[in-house]
Amino acid sequence: MADTAISAPPVAVEAVAEAPAARLDFEIVPRRGLVLVAVAAVALIVAIASNKLWPLTFLHVAGGAAWTIIDLFLGLVLGPIMGQMSVPARVEFTTRLMPKMVLIMPTVVTLTLAAGWQLGLKEGTVLTSHPLHGWVVASFIVVGVMSVLALGLLEPANIAVLIELKKPRPNPEVIEHLMKRFIYCAGILGLMQVATLVIMTKLASG
Amino acid sequence: MSERALPPVTQLGMASLALIVAGGIYLSAHLPHHVPLGPAIALLTASALLLVGNVIALSRVRDFAWERFFTVGKWSLLAYVVIAGMIEYAFVQDHIHGGALVVLTLSLVVFAVHVPMLVGFTVARYEHSEGRVAA
Repeated sequence: MADTAISAPPVAVEAVAEAPAARLDFEIVPRRGLVLVAVAAVALIVAIASNKLWPLTFLHVAGGAAWTIIDLFLGLVLGPIMGQMSVPARVEFTTRLMPKMVLIMPTVVTLTLAAGWQLGLKEGTVLTSHPLHGWVVASFIVVGVMSVLALGLLEPANIAVLIELKKPRPNPEVIEHLMKRFIYCAGILGLMQVATLVIMTKLASG
Repeated sequence: MSERALPPVTQLGMASLALIVAGGIYLSAHLPHHVPLGPAIALLTASALLLVGNVIALSRVRDFAWERFFTVGKWSLLAYVVIAGMIEYAFVQDHIHGGALVVLTLSLVVFAVHVPMLVGFTVARYEHSEGRVAA
């Protein structure tokens, strides 16, 4: 699942235009990273099957922290820094960062949501009897909006940008067009992450 | 950027996903009480119709980069089948059964097909852009 992290470092049109007319050497999906993804998936399955408090809490909190921090850090800190980098550095950084995001973000999002749902069932947080049920439903809506944006706009654009950059002569206008998607969605997703923090801290503090 | 006219696959796909998500929120917001499945079925049906409409609209496009579409789409499909399978596993683990399980499973099917379709479409629509526009 893509997110603001991916949206943060827009590749300037001139970056691609000035890139050498040779195929950039990078993997769109880093194969070695798939091993770590598989390990995380197995850990999630075991945690859900065992339905024990600690593994579920660990995966939910660790995944959620990674998700939020990556979004906010790359969106608000690293993105502006990248904008000031030289063109070749920006292209190189993007081709190294975005493939990793293809693996990292879906993994941390899946860990967070699946473990969180199971945890909510175990603790009764997601049940209508919970005193803060309205906040829980609000979190569903926030996550739902983020999911639709990420799945429908950001992830397809992320993959498309990487494939465009792999071409011998990437089209700068295509890159710019796809990156605009990121920029528009980044603001909305950033607000959603702040909303998530508000809701989750409220639920944790009662 | 001058682009060829294509059906609104992305917009329809996002609408379809939004309907699926709305159905999921509707069902999960009422736990543990029995919830009427009518609204969830209506949302799922509307979402599935949008998926079918999207497939038909896209299949009628001439000179589309189908090879790229299917190359990207099949790997994306594999990833989303795995994700959907894990979600389904969680449903079964939580003893969800009957009509609710059927609705949620079919929702996952729509989800697992529509997202790869969006990824494949977004990549394939720019397949022949190379060199079309001057840098």
